[in-house]
Amino acid sequence: MSAALDRAPVPPGNLLIRGAHLIDPRAGLDRIGDILVRDGEIAEIGEPGALEAPGGVEVVDAEGLHALPAFVDPHVHLRTPGREDEEDIDSGTRAAAAGGFCAILAMPNTDPVVDTASVLSALRRRAREEARVPVGFTAAITRGQAGEQLTEMAELASEGAAGFTDDGLPVRSAGVLRQALQYQKLAGRTIALHEEDPSLSGKGVMHEGAISAQLGLAGIPAVSESTMVARDAALAGYEDARIHIQHVSARHTVEVIERAKAAGVQITAEATPHHLTLTDQAVMSLDSNFKMNPPLRSEDDRQALIEAVRSGVLDCIATDHAPHAREEKEQPFEMAPMGVTGLETAFAALHTDLVLPGLVGLDLLAERMTAGGEPFGIPATVLKAGAPANIVLVDLAAEWEVGEAGYESRSTNSCFAGRSFTGRVRMTVAGGAVAYRERSFAIGAV
Amino acid sequence: MNRNLLSIDDLSRDDIERILSRARSFAEVSGREIKKVPTLRGRTVINLFYESSTRTSSSFELAAKRLSADLVNIKSAGSSVDKGESLKDTVQTLSAYDPAAIVIRSPHAGAANLVARWTTASVINAGDGKHEHPTQALLDLYTLNRRRGSLDGLKLWIVGDVLHSRVARSNILAFTRMGCEITLCGPPTLIPREIESLGCEVRYTLEGIEQADVVYALRMQHERMTGSFVPSLREYAARYQIDSRRLSPHQLLMHPGPVNRGVELSSEVIDSPQALIVDQVESGVVVRMAVLYELLAGGPGRAAAGALAPEGVETEPQPA
Repeated sequence: MSAALDRAPVPPGNLLIRGAHLIDPRAGLDRIGDILVRDGEIAEIGEPGALEAPGGVEVVDAEGLHALPAFVDPHVHLRTPGREDEEDIDSGTRAAAAGGFCAILAMPNTDPVVDTASVLSALRRRAREEARVPVGFTAAITRGQAGEQLTEMAELASEGAAGFTDDGLPVRSAGVLRQALQYQKLAGRTIALHEEDPSLSGKGVMHEGAISAQLGLAGIPAVSESTMVARDAALAGYEDARIHIQHVSARHTVEVIERAKAAGVQITAEATPHHLTLTDQAVMSLDSNFKMNPPLRSEDDRQALIEAVRSGVLDCIATDHAPHAREEKEQPFEMAPMGVTGLETAFAALHTDLVLPGLVGLDLLAERMTAGGEPFGIPATVLKAGAPANIVLVDLAAEWEVGEAGYESRSTNSCFAGRSFTGRVRMTVAGGAVAYRERSFAIGAV
Repeated sequence: MNRNLLSIDDLSRDDIERILSRARSFAEVSGREIKKVPTLRGRTVINLFYESSTRTSSSFELAAKRLSADLVNIKSAGSSVDKGESLKDTVQTLSAYDPAAIVIRSPHAGAANLVARWTTASVINAGDGKHEHPTQALLDLYTLNRRRGSLDGLKLWIVGDVLHSRVARSNILAFTRMGCEITLCGPPTLIPREIESLGCEVRYTLEGIEQADVVYALRMQHERMTGSFVPSLREYAARYQIDSRRLSPHQLLMHPGPVNRGVELSSEVIDSPQALIVDQVESGVVVRMAVLYELLAGGPGRAAAGALAPEGVETEPQPA
C-alpha cells in the first residue's frame, strides 16, 4: 500500500513540451524529443516536431533544455504546525517546486509533534488547501518523540501516515526500536531513522576531526552514527522489518549499510546534497549556515558517499530541508540551531559539484533524485506514456548565484548562499500540473 | 595588519614582532610615575564581557586608560544581555556610540567574528569559548621573549586540559609561528583528536619532559574534574602535576592563571624563580596597550585618523 499524498486542487495540465533533451534511465531515454501531456498524464513521447498540439494545449518551447522525471524528496521539514514563521506548507512546497521536486515527505518533529491521528488529519486537510506539490506526512515512532512509548502507529497508518520517524532524534533505546519494528507487521509503513548515539555525540556541534580540534568546538564522531546504524540494521534483520537510514554522513556508515544489504536486511538509505558537496573545512568560517546534524564530515567521508551514490548503497537523495529563523542562525556557532535549507539548491549543487566534474552522470543523478519515495512505497517518477506527468525542465548551462534573487522558502539559511551554480530549474510539472515556472523562462501558449 | 584581532591566524610573524616591540616601548612608560600616553584621547573602547574574568578584563581596562581612551565596561550580569537581548542587538546598540574598539569575551567560539560583522569598530577577541585567546598568547610570547630573547627553536610543552583550553589553541598557533616546537601532554581524554594537524606533537605521559625549555601548564577546570574526563583529581595530579621533581632547574614555567595550587602545579614550583606566572600578568597590560595601539593608531593611514593629540604624539608613545 502506498502512502497518501495531498495537494491543493489544480486542473490537470495539458502541455506540449517541445525539443527538450529527454533524460530518464528508467525509461531508456537519452535523446531529444517532445512530450505531450493530456489531462495530467504523459500521453505520448515522440520525435522532435512529430507531435501536434491539439486545441487548449500549451506549447512549451524547451529547445536547449533537458527534461528529467521530476524529483522526490523523502526528507523535508515544513515546520508546520508550530513554526510557521520559518516555513509553512505553502512556502515549503513552493520551494520544493522551484527545486524541481514533484513530491516531498514532511518530517513530524513539529510543535505539536505529529504523533496522533488528529494532528495528522489536520495537516492533511491543510495540505489539500495549500500544497503546491503533493506532500506526504510522516508520523513519529514514539509519543512526543520522547523515545519511550510507541505512537498509535496502526491508526496513524490508516489516517495516511507516509512512514514513521523520530527524525531530529535517534530512538535511543534498542528495546523501544525493536518493538516499533515488531509493530510494523501490523501498522505497515517504513521506519526511517535519524542515527546517532547521544552518549557519543554529547554536546557536539560539528564533525570530530582536525577542524573541531583547531576551533575548540565539541565534535560529533563519525562512529556516533555508524554504531547506531549497525545496531539498528541488526535489529531490522532480526525482526525482518523495513528501515530507511536518513542523511548518511560517514564512510563507516556506508560500509555498515553495504554489509547489511548484502546480508539481505530490508534497508535503504539517503544522502543529502550538502554532505555530498561540502566538508567540515567549511566550518572554519564559523558560519552557522554550515551547522547541521549530522555534521559536514571529512573529505574521505564525502568521497565514500559519492561512491555509494554511484554504486546504489545509497538509494536516493534527500535534502533534509531544515528552515530556521534568521535570528536563531545569527548567533555564535555553538548556540545556533542545526539545519540548513536545501530544496531550491539540491539539483544545482549536485549538478555543479558532482556531474560537471564527472563524478556522477546526469542520468544516475536523475535516478537517485527521483527514487526518494521508493523506500516509502511511492514509485519513482518516470517519463513514459501513461505515467502521471512529473517532469522537470532544467537549463544545464544557466549560471546563477544562490540567494541573489531571494528564496521561495521563508527561511534563508542555505549553506550554499552566495555560491555560483551551473544548472537551473526552469519549470516543474508535479502530479500532472505545472507547479513552478521560473520568472525568466519564456513560454508560448497556443 | 587587519582591522581586528580575532585569531592569532590574523597575524603574520612581522605583525607579532611589531606588537612585541611596541609593548616593550610601553613597558618603559609603565616604569614612570605617570603612566598615561595621549594616543587614544577622545576615542572609546568598549569592554563587552559575557564571562567572568579578572585578569583579562582589568588589564584591558588599564591598557585603554593608559592610552587615554574613554572606557565603557559591560558585563553580562545586570546589563541588557541579562534581559535576553541578542548579541547582534547589543553590538548594534553599542556601535551607535561610535566606539573605536570593542573587546569581546564570550563563552562561545566565533562570537568575536560575529561582532566584527556587525560593527565598524575594531574587534579584539578576549577569549571566545574554547576557540582562541589571542592576547593571552601574545603576552605569553612577550613574557618569554623578555626572559629568553629569541624564541626560535625553543621547545615548549603544554601540559594539561588541552581539550577545553582556548589558551592552548592560541599558544600553539603563536609559538609555532615564532619558531618554537610544541609538544602537547595530557590525559588522552583531554587531548582533542587530530590536534596534531596544528603542527605539534602529542604525548600522554610526562616522560621526556626534561627536553622542554619551557613547561606551560594549563588550568584544570573544576567542572572537568568531576566529569568522566579524569577518574580523580588524585590520579590526575599523580600523573601530570608539575612539581619540583619534574621541573628541571634549566626550565621555565608558565601558566595562564588562575592556578589550582596542588593540582596542575605544586606550591613550590609556583613560588620558584623559574616561574614566570607573575611576569605574565604584568605583561598583560603593556601587550594589550600594544594591541590597541596597533589596531587603532598603528597602521599606515590610521595614525592620521587616530588620536586628537597634536601631530607627532600619536606615532610614538610618550608620557602625557
